[in-house]
Amino acid sequence: MPSATAPARSPAVAQPSADLPSAPPPVSGGQPARVAEAQPSAPERPATAPGYISVKDYDFFYGQSQALHGINVEIPERQVTAFIGPSGCGKSTLLRNFNRMNDLIEGCWHKGDILIAGKTIYDRRLEVTGLRKRVGMVFQKSNPFPKTIYENVVYGLRIAGGYRKHELDAACEYALRASALWEEAKDRLHTSALGLSGGQQQRLCIARAIAVQPEVLLMDEPCSALDPLATSKIEELILELKRDFTVVIVTHSMHQAGRVSDRTAFFYLGKLIEYDTTKKIFTNPGHKQTENYITGRFG
Amino acid sequence: MSANTDDAGNGSQPAGRPDSDKGAAWRVRPATSDRPSGESWVWVTGLGLTAGLVMVVLLLGLVVYEGVAVFWPKRVELITLHPEKGAAADSGARLAGEIVQSRTRRDLTRGRDVRELQMFVGNREAYAQSMNFRWVDEDSIAAREQPADIVVVERLAGGDAFGFPVEVRLAAGGKKETIAASDPRFFGELDKLIAAAVMVQANMDQVRRDHLNPLNRRIKAEEMSVRRAKEDNDAATVAALEASLAADNKAVVGHEAKLAEIAGGLTGNALVIRRAEGGKTEIRAADLVDWHRPNDAGVVGRTWHFLGNMGNFMWQNPRDANTEGGIFPAIVSTFFLTLLMSVAVVPFGVLAAIYLREYAKQGLFVRAVRIAVNNLAGVPSIVFGVFGFGFFVYFVGGGIDRWFFSDRLAINEPTFGTGGVLWAAFTLALMTVPVVIVATEEAIAAVPRGMREGSLATGASKWQTMQRIVLPASAPGILTGMILAMARGAGEVAPLMLVGVIKLAELPLGGVWKDTDLIPFVHLDQKFMHLGFHIYDLGFQSPDSEAAKPMVFATTLFLIGLVVLLNLGAIRIRERLRRKYQTSAF
Repeated sequence: MPSATAPARSPAVAQPSADLPSAPPPVSGGQPARVAEAQPSAPERPATAPGYISVKDYDFFYGQSQALHGINVEIPERQVTAFIGPSGCGKSTLLRNFNRMNDLIEGCWHKGDILIAGKTIYDRRLEVTGLRKRVGMVFQKSNPFPKTIYENVVYGLRIAGGYRKHELDAACEYALRASALWEEAKDRLHTSALGLSGGQQQRLCIARAIAVQPEVLLMDEPCSALDPLATSKIEELILELKRDFTVVIVTHSMHQAGRVSDRTAFFYLGKLIEYDTTKKIFTNPGHKQTENYITGRFG
Repeated sequence: MSANTDDAGNGSQPAGRPDSDKGAAWRVRPATSDRPSGESWVWVTGLGLTAGLVMVVLLLGLVVYEGVAVFWPKRVELITLHPEKGAAADSGARLAGEIVQSRTRRDLTRGRDVRELQMFVGNREAYAQSMNFRWVDEDSIAAREQPADIVVVERLAGGDAFGFPVEVRLAAGGKKETIAASDPRFFGELDKLIAAAVMVQANMDQVRRDHLNPLNRRIKAEEMSVRRAKEDNDAATVAALEASLAADNKAVVGHEAKLAEIAGGLTGNALVIRRAEGGKTEIRAADLVDWHRPNDAGVVGRTWHFLGNMGNFMWQNPRDANTEGGIFPAIVSTFFLTLLMSVAVVPFGVLAAIYLREYAKQGLFVRAVRIAVNNLAGVPSIVFGVFGFGFFVYFVGGGIDRWFFSDRLAINEPTFGTGGVLWAAFTLALMTVPVVIVATEEAIAAVPRGMREGSLATGASKWQTMQRIVLPASAPGILTGMILAMARGAGEVAPLMLVGVIKLAELPLGGVWKDTDLIPFVHLDQKFMHLGFHIYDLGFQSPDSEAAKPMVFATTLFLIGLVVLLNLGAIRIRERLRRKYQTSAF
């Protein structure tokens, strides 16, 4: 069971890395204070240990059809968790429920609960926009706004309002450095974001998501439309990002899951078949189905 | 697919390969011919487009040809008729005028076809009204010529006069001089005469605008105040007001005397011409507008005159029951009305569309609303006129008058409780709002889902997403709706007749000079002229519809030109927005 208090995050959040400028102030005042308790994260926690994101007996329905069946997952803090499985297995659906993106679809309903940092995301007293500020998302298709690069990055802060120019500038630099786009974009911050290449646009979307300093970063097949070079850049970036963020990534590429993730969950037909450390899943899977899927013999 | 290759040999596969050996239920038929069969539907679809294009081009061609031809100076022909049997030779046998058209008519008395010419002979006051346009049997024509010295004189009243110049009389200011047409100074003096007449007109206009009109407005206000003071039994105020009223009335008399004095500067000056059939016409200097010699001018001269005619038509006020002069107030009022309508219709339609598309729960009710909105576009426009008259003019306008303008209402002078440009714009906005709603809904729906999700995922609320992402991206589509609305609204006549259009009106907007400052004004309550109504008025309400016919085409040409101009402006803005907000090609 998750503890009642919010899991602590290390001071690394406030000072992401040595070469980055100091991060802008946190966006949502309502979120729990990031207590700087020294609690080193254990990389080899067992899969059943309470995680940062806890999914409890979760069923999800699109109208009559059930997309998810009794999912239970504990996603650890500041690690990369990969969701794999064939198309239509429900992995994207689960991911999109973490920031309640599925609320936009009419006729959706669910049973069970999802907790982030020990609190249910379905609290009726809370505004869903607050959740989305804490749980950022990067989509399969890069979706920069038809604005300048600068305006794209600081979009979330502009929405929140109340930031001064120098704060926005700092946030922009922080986010672009963190998404490894700063060197390429620093001289053209005020030109249209649509002039960037596909890979750059996807990294811009990552920058936009992390500019509001979320706790969790959801990535829905972020590399599926990119060439191998851009893909490897984004994968490097994900490994960097896990120092500051809890990353959940949906991917169709076994290799990508193997390269970037600490834990892997295999879904099939709306059920969670297996969830364990990536090493175990790829070397010694517990289920026949998992093995078939990973080795490509899946029918 | 790997599954297929594995199972190909398996006979249990129900719809496997159409392999005849395996006894499949169907087999692929070979093509009957290898020759290209052609695409017959290309012709049918092409025909559809061609039919539409031909009709549009013919209509536009007619309007442009007729509309432009109005301004082209025509030659004036002098026609000598055969002397009628039994009549004295040379009696009334000459006519001068512009050939308007010719036709072939079956003459029953003679039992054969005869060709006839229609001539515009002008000189309205000399001939009976119906004789202004005259049919002349070609058989009765003895001679046709185009004498170079014939002049066409444009007048303030009575239309054009055709004839041979006789003399210019200068009698004003005590001198008495007559300059005959043979005198080399003749045309110079004529020009001076016209320049003086234009000056006098301008001076009189200035006196009216700067002195008489403000005075009259003040007198009206004072009269209302007197009424109110009398009701309140405030004798002192009544006395004071009546004193100033008397002073103002005296000032009016003074200014009117001044007007008469200015006009008197021309009295006695005149141009005399001899009409083709022999009589003389004396044209007072005050009536002179312009003169030209159509048969004496070459291509350059006629082009010059053509451009002048066109400019006059555009920039002048109408006169002579709208059959002469220009259409300037109608052009400006139509432009203003259309802009006002667009300003009213766009926010209204966009808000409605946002609610329908983004906030309303999609269901039976919203579908019914959508159908109702679309059907609104099919309601006859006169019904909107009736609604506008009842709702805007009587209910809203009447209410405003009762609350804010009760003084003027008391003397039976409604302000907003009568047709006006504001109510007309609202009525047209109501009529065209379905177009904007439909276009906006389409545009909003066309914004990529990814852009909305991207915005929502950063913690933006629905309205913030709408305002910062969706609306800017759908602005080009909204403008398309506005363009369609403008095109429909600008050409509408029927509803306007109920909510404020009139035959002849001052401009509802403009500026007045006060000392050195130009003070702009907009009178939203004022009645106005409109190009569409002007067409109707000229074509069907004019005392001389034959004379007004060319004006109908010219006005139509200008209306179409105005709509094209407005649309081009909106399209330019739309292209700019499209470049700015084009969504990612990736």
